[in-house]
Order: sequence, then C-alpha cells, then structure tokens
Amino acid sequence: MSKQIVTEKDVGYIAKLAKIGLNKREKELYSGQINDILLFFARIKELNTEQIEPTFFEGTPSQHFHEDVVMPSLPQNIALGMTGCREDGYFEVPGIL
Amino acid sequence: MPLNELSVVDYLNKMNNREISAEQVLKDIFNQIDRIDKTVKSYLYLNKEEALSEAKKIDQKIKNNDIPPLAGLPVAINDNICTGGMETTAASRILKGFIPPYDATVIKRIKDAGGIIIGKTNLDEFAMGISNENSAFQITLNPWDRTRVPGGASGGSAAAVAADETLIALGTDTGGSVRLPASFCGISAIKPTYGRISRYGVIGCASSLEQIGIMGKGIKDLAILMNVISGYDELDSTSSHISTPDFLLSCREGINNLKFGIPKEFFSQDLDRGVKEKVIDSINRISQLGGKIEEVSLPNMEYALPAYSIIAMAEASSNLAKFDGISYGLRIEDSGDLEEMYLKTRGSGFGAEVIRRILLGTYVLTSNHYEDYYLKAQKIRSLIKKDFENVFKKFDLLIGPASPVPPFKLGEKEDEPLAQILAEIYTSPVNMAGLPAISINCGFTEKERLPVGLQIIGPPFQEEKILRVAYNLEQELKEINSVKPDLSF
Repeated sequence: MSKQIVTEKDVGYIAKLAKIGLNKREKELYSGQINDILLFFARIKELNTEQIEPTFFEGTPSQHFHEDVVMPSLPQNIALGMTGCREDGYFEVPGIL
Repeated sequence: MPLNELSVVDYLNKMNNREISAEQVLKDIFNQIDRIDKTVKSYLYLNKEEALSEAKKIDQKIKNNDIPPLAGLPVAINDNICTGGMETTAASRILKGFIPPYDATVIKRIKDAGGIIIGKTNLDEFAMGISNENSAFQITLNPWDRTRVPGGASGGSAAAVAADETLIALGTDTGGSVRLPASFCGISAIKPTYGRISRYGVIGCASSLEQIGIMGKGIKDLAILMNVISGYDELDSTSSHISTPDFLLSCREGINNLKFGIPKEFFSQDLDRGVKEKVIDSINRISQLGGKIEEVSLPNMEYALPAYSIIAMAEASSNLAKFDGISYGLRIEDSGDLEEMYLKTRGSGFGAEVIRRILLGTYVLTSNHYEDYYLKAQKIRSLIKKDFENVFKKFDLLIGPASPVPPFKLGEKEDEPLAQILAEIYTSPVNMAGLPAISINCGFTEKERLPVGLQIIGPPFQEEKILRVAYNLEQELKEINSVKPDLSF
C-alpha cells in the first residue's frame, strides 16, 4: 500500500478553502487520486535547490504602465447582462450572514 | 478537389488570382462539417450565418480590388479563447451559455486582417487534459481512428484541421496542448515563445506557462497566421516588445550546417517503439539534408514534469477562483447563504479533472506546503531553463518526439489521473522555459498506422529557425504525408 500523504479529512479541508462542495464519496475518491499524484510530485524533493533562485515568470514581463487616460469601461447593462441575478443595476447575491 | 481541403497557402493564391470565392470555400467547409461532425465532434459552436455573411462582404471587397491579407480565410478557434458575441465555454458546464462582451486580441487581429471565425472547437475542460475526454459536452474522435482520442487539450481544433473541417485553427498550449493533439492527428502545430502572441482574452489557467498556438495542415500555413497574430499588445503585460519578422520568409532557406541536439532524456524507456522509429527516421533525414546531429543531455529533465504540474495546478487553482457564480456563468442557488452557493456552483460546475487540479493546486499553495512544493518547483524551473540555455550555446535547435505514445484508445486512461500528466513528459519542459516549439507529422507507426509527431524546440524568439527546419522536413516527407484519414462514413 502506498504512503498516505492526505486523508479524506485533509481533502475536505482543502475543498473548503477552494470553495468546492464535495460529498463523502467524492472526498474518498479524490483523496486516493491526490495521494498518488502527490507521491509523483515528491520526486522533486530529491533535488537540492538550496542555492537556486526561483523563476516565477518566463521572459521579462513588460513593466509598462498605461498612460493615465480615462477610457470607456464595459457599459453597466452589458456587465450585468451576463447573469440572470441582478436587481436595480447591481449583482444580486445570497445573504452573507 | 473540394475547397475545404485547401491549404492556407493555396487558398490565398487562389483568392488573389480570383479563382475561388470565400463564400464557396465556406460552403464546402460547412458541408464537410454537416457530413462528418455528428461523428467526429470537433465543434462546440458554429458561426455559420455570420461567417457566410462575412464571406460575401469579403468577396465584394475583392471584386473592388481591396484584398485584405487573409482574404476571408476560415479559422476555427479553441473554445477557451473569447469571441465577442459568440458562446465561449472552455468546454465547462460552469461557463455554459457565457457570451463574452469582447474579442481576444488574436480574434481582433484575425478579423482585422480579413479572416473569418467559423466556430469554436472542443477541448478538455479549461484545457486540462490530454485526450479531450474531459470536455463537459462531448468527446471528439480522432479522424485517423475513431476508436482513439485526438489528444488534448486542443483536440477539437486538431481533429477539425485533420478532417478538413477548417483550413486552420487556434489552440492553447500550457504543457503541450497544441503539440500533443497535432501529433495524435497528423497535423502541424506551433507553440510560440512566451510573450510572442497576446494572451488577452484567453480563459487563463496557468498564466506563466500558456501560449496561444496555431494548428494547420502545413508549415507555411502556420507562418502566415503567425505573421498576423504575433506582436506586442498593451492589453497583455506579459506580451513582448520584440519585433515580428516575416515568418514566411524563413521557409525559403535550407538547413545546411545547422546544429541539432538530440536530448537523450527524450528517448527513455517510456518512449513507444513505433514512435521512436519514426522520430529517428526523421532525424536521419535532417542529417541527410545537411544538419549536424549530436546527442545532448538536459540533466534536470526528470524533475520537469512534476515541477511543471505543481506550478500549473497552483496557478489554475488561483485563476479559476473567479468562477464564483455571481457575475456570469452557472449559479446553483436553492437555499442557503453565499458560502453554500459557492460550494454548490463550483462543486457541480467543474468536472472531475478540474476539481482534482484545483484541490492539488490549493494544497501546494497552503502555508504548510508552499516551500516544499510550489517554491521548490519554481526553483526547479530555474534549473530547467539553465539546462536549455546551456545546450543552446552549442546547438541551434533540439529534436525529439512530441508525445511518448501514439494516440490511445478512448477510455483507456480514464481512470488513471496520473497518466493525464505523464503524456506531457516531452512537451511541458518547453513551457517551463517559455521556449518555442513545433510538432510536425513525421509518419505513421508501422503496426497500427497511427500518426507520429516530431518536436523541434528552439531558443526564445527563434521561431524562424524552427519553421525553416520544419518546412524543409515537410518537403522531404511530402509523400508520406500525402495520405489522408478515411472519412467516408
């Protein structure tokens, strides 16, 4: 049996962080699969990278700033037109509290 | 010859000589789609009426001697690239019915040059996968063998090109997603250098890795579209200011005296024998054409795939956080509060592969695991980049297989999530270093007659050299590649 890195409880916790609702069967399924993939990821631990700097982006992202000019934005009716849940020119959301 | 079988080069020649009309070509394309797409299932959305009306306008313009550069060229678009006014779903249930209010920069450039968008092609949901089986809506079949997958993620575009349902197509490539399906479907595809083509309007998953790629029937076709869509875009802060050469001109030169490195790590025991044979045949042909061939080593390559997967999943978990059910896309709200709406919408809107990758990405970004996985992977990325820089001091280009295996059977790897990752073993290191690469069909396996893709990798912004070699090889392999898939069903 392969080493267990994550449990169903861990998967439940991660899913909550990622805001993805999972039932018990899904937690069980994903914990097994995620475990296998994490074992594959663990291969990178063999390599000593202590003195190596990370590369977060390839190339040099152009640090160009736009001129500070007022430009038209998406009209409100179009921005709101992509959801059925709107009211009085606002997005409608369920209660937060 | 039906006009849907034309290459882009022949299309433009015939249009310029007034031998054909854009409308005739579109009609032949839509006839082909009507005839075979119920089976092949390349397209998620067809833009038939608008496309035909555009074609008429272009034909009229041409009558008035105003010929735009693409002269009504029909182009298919992967469904994770935004097309204003046209449904764009990234093959996900969470985006079903989403109609973007704007065009991606590449779409705008194609339209401005007189190209016509004919429809949106299928892919693995949010471009996560290698087979197209992760699409929420349909599974595209490989035109060469309909019991097999077309590859992924941009499998719909690859199948559409191979089955003459378009003349050319766009896809996206995060770890091999235009090169793998090109290899599986016997066509050509280029993944340009990171920053060469604007990503504005791509439904991004792994922003530091992905690039828009071009998929076509021939190398010159790729060069023609590269000319149109490359170049700086102020709407994408990662787009490069480097000037755009005329890529078509690069196809004029020979390859005499170019030095080619063959990375020994690309010929490991994981490589299928039939694929290996064809790749070695092509390397020998390049040598006969005057190329200097030598074995090289990329010593950290075995760590590239796990490091790539960690970065891709971490970025995906962050990028996909925007799909929250509020301002667009699916919302599932039966009762309960905001938190419950998020959980239900995202839990049922995303498919299994996407959920698995979001969970893994979230895990490697948690404070307990960040250093061991995410930061470590970014350090390995520096080593991979260095490996490539070292070999490119001595060699012009690298050559190897695009995929370790030929197209596999539908369902064969469905229950093996790890297999979804392993197929990108030769393509993902290229994305880690932001390099350009191409996959070109180099023949068919002896036993099952399945297409095999050869990968040519170059230093940053050296697409011209890659296209030049690929074009020379294409001329060499003309006879082999003159075979077409049997679509008489």
